[in-house]
Amino acid sequence: MASLSGARYGFEEAALEDQPAPAEPPKKRRRIRWWRFVVLFLAGAYFFIPLYAGIKFSLENIAGHFSFQTIQELPSSPGFTGALALSLKLALVTVILSSLLMVPTAIYVHLKLPRMRRLLEFVTVLPIVIPPIVLIAGVLSVYPLWAKSSPYLLSFMYVILAMPFVYRSLDAGLSAIDLKTLTEASRSLGGNWIKTMWRIVLPNIRPALLSATVLTMALVLGEFTMASLDLWTTIPVWIVNFQGAANGHIQVAASMLGLVGTWILLVLVVSLDRSQSRYTRRKTGTQ
Amino acid sequence: MTQMKETPKTNLSTPRTPDTGASVSLQNLVRSFGKVRALDGLSLDIAPGEFMALLGPSGCGKTTALRVLAGFELLDSGRVVVDGVELSNVSARKRDMGMVFQSYSLFPNMNALNNVAFGLRMRRQSSQVRRQKAGELLEMVGLSDQATKYPHQMSGGQQQRVALVRALAIEPRVLLLDEPLSALDAMVRTELRDQIRSLQQRLAITTVFVTHDQEEVLSMADRVCVMSRGHVEQVATPSELYARPATAFVAQFVGISSRVPVERSGSDVIIFGQRCVVRSGDANAVMGSADALLRPEDIAIEVDPEGKGFVTRKSFLGAVTRLVVQVGEIPVRVDIRSDRAGEFDLGTHVRPSIVARDVLVAARKESLTVDATALK
Repeated sequence: MASLSGARYGFEEAALEDQPAPAEPPKKRRRIRWWRFVVLFLAGAYFFIPLYAGIKFSLENIAGHFSFQTIQELPSSPGFTGALALSLKLALVTVILSSLLMVPTAIYVHLKLPRMRRLLEFVTVLPIVIPPIVLIAGVLSVYPLWAKSSPYLLSFMYVILAMPFVYRSLDAGLSAIDLKTLTEASRSLGGNWIKTMWRIVLPNIRPALLSATVLTMALVLGEFTMASLDLWTTIPVWIVNFQGAANGHIQVAASMLGLVGTWILLVLVVSLDRSQSRYTRRKTGTQ
Repeated sequence: MTQMKETPKTNLSTPRTPDTGASVSLQNLVRSFGKVRALDGLSLDIAPGEFMALLGPSGCGKTTALRVLAGFELLDSGRVVVDGVELSNVSARKRDMGMVFQSYSLFPNMNALNNVAFGLRMRRQSSQVRRQKAGELLEMVGLSDQATKYPHQMSGGQQQRVALVRALAIEPRVLLLDEPLSALDAMVRTELRDQIRSLQQRLAITTVFVTHDQEEVLSMADRVCVMSRGHVEQVATPSELYARPATAFVAQFVGISSRVPVERSGSDVIIFGQRCVVRSGDANAVMGSADALLRPEDIAIEVDPEGKGFVTRKSFLGAVTRLVVQVGEIPVRVDIRSDRAGEFDLGTHVRPSIVARDVLVAARKESLTVDATALK
């Protein structure tokens, strides 16, 4: 009777039985997946063969022998220094404008309007869909002459072009931290919004900020269409328009330098971030 | 309008008297999120130095109440008054309230010392004062050796202790704890629970603690405010809350209760064929069919082969063993001393009886359609 009732109501009292010791799982043999190396090799070849060709071509003289002659001639080529300076200035202004616009926007949306994140993502993707030529044609037909006479009008355009990359970097950075709790903790401890942003939020999204900066600079240093139509000689425009050498060695060398320069910039920014972190740890005595 | 303290006037390492705490008065708070009314006329008075716990199920509005007090949520209507000064429209940073959050809220870019010193930095304390005070506070919670560690280098319990002293560093008028123990494992939770209570009593700081964990509430709080659907169900001491729940909701939410259909007999009720006195005030409040809400210790059982109940479940809880006795279709929880547990094997027929001097009666739950006479 008791056992019948027990079965009906699912008694919890469990019998303690000696359980056999679990057998050790068989050691897995480490298998080398050869197809991974094939994929890696193919991807590497896809990226590096054109680069190798470009670098090889830029390091050859007219006779086809290895030489640094083209690289040495590059700084003294007419218009190169001016174009490089303009590109760097535009890149700097664009980074500043882009940060001023996008950082507060992304933080505000994350904190106060999380439902708008999808919409903002969509809006920031639009510059990828809309061709730059459409943007610049529209701007040139609408803006007054005084604005068009300044090269920095391009920076405003570049802010729009860089928006998808900047917003996505910031969005990823902000999603990686508990922004709401951190800002509320700061405010409850007496921090105003500026101090909270400066001391809490920005240091914690530094990798995202650096990533956005590098992407923006790379985009500006390589942008041709807008600069060309706005009649400003940036590095890409100079490369296309340079008439000094008919065989193209100088142009290719300039392109390769731009690419290497962007890489160096990327490495510098990442190293700066790492050394800053190490310095902070050393300063505070953390191992 | 209150002002932020310019300089700390008291030393946190010395015990303080209850009158150093602030009084808090929440008056008729209403806060809606769309169609959901998170706070529906909540009113609560907290005495200086009191440890008040807000307890309730998820969505009852307890966290919203705490966030309103902290200044993170705006009110639709109502007033937040601290020490006689209305703070309803004062920004969070000027309210002088220390808050410990459920998720580890330490600033990841700062080590423990700088985290604790952050509030003092915002109050423009000198670097020397900041370091000294932060060091003292970390020592108080046994974390001096972790001062230079970053949050990711500390355990969850250590992070919450740093968060606790960070909130205390600014010598807040009110300490707000938003489920600070819920992310910790059981052993660390017990340890930190004792540490929080000990610090709170030592500093005599008015504390509001939000949780859904009854054990935490009953062991820590001076008084407990049980909330349901944005309003207060009962405010009482933990022992009063357990022994004399004011409503059926409280009886069922705090502690364990069995809901047993009863038959009326004048002003009394009949449970298991036994006449019982209804707790004062309840009889008139409940019209029609009613249930008694019985604590496990309100019921005694004896082995009786003719008894209508039989044991269906048995859980060892240390000093007591909890049995589930099936009486008709109703499962009734009963606690017995563990040394008697051997008498009650699963399936043993028993006769239940009421040993409480009076019983709490509530309107019959619709889901309970059992005839009370069947339980005689």
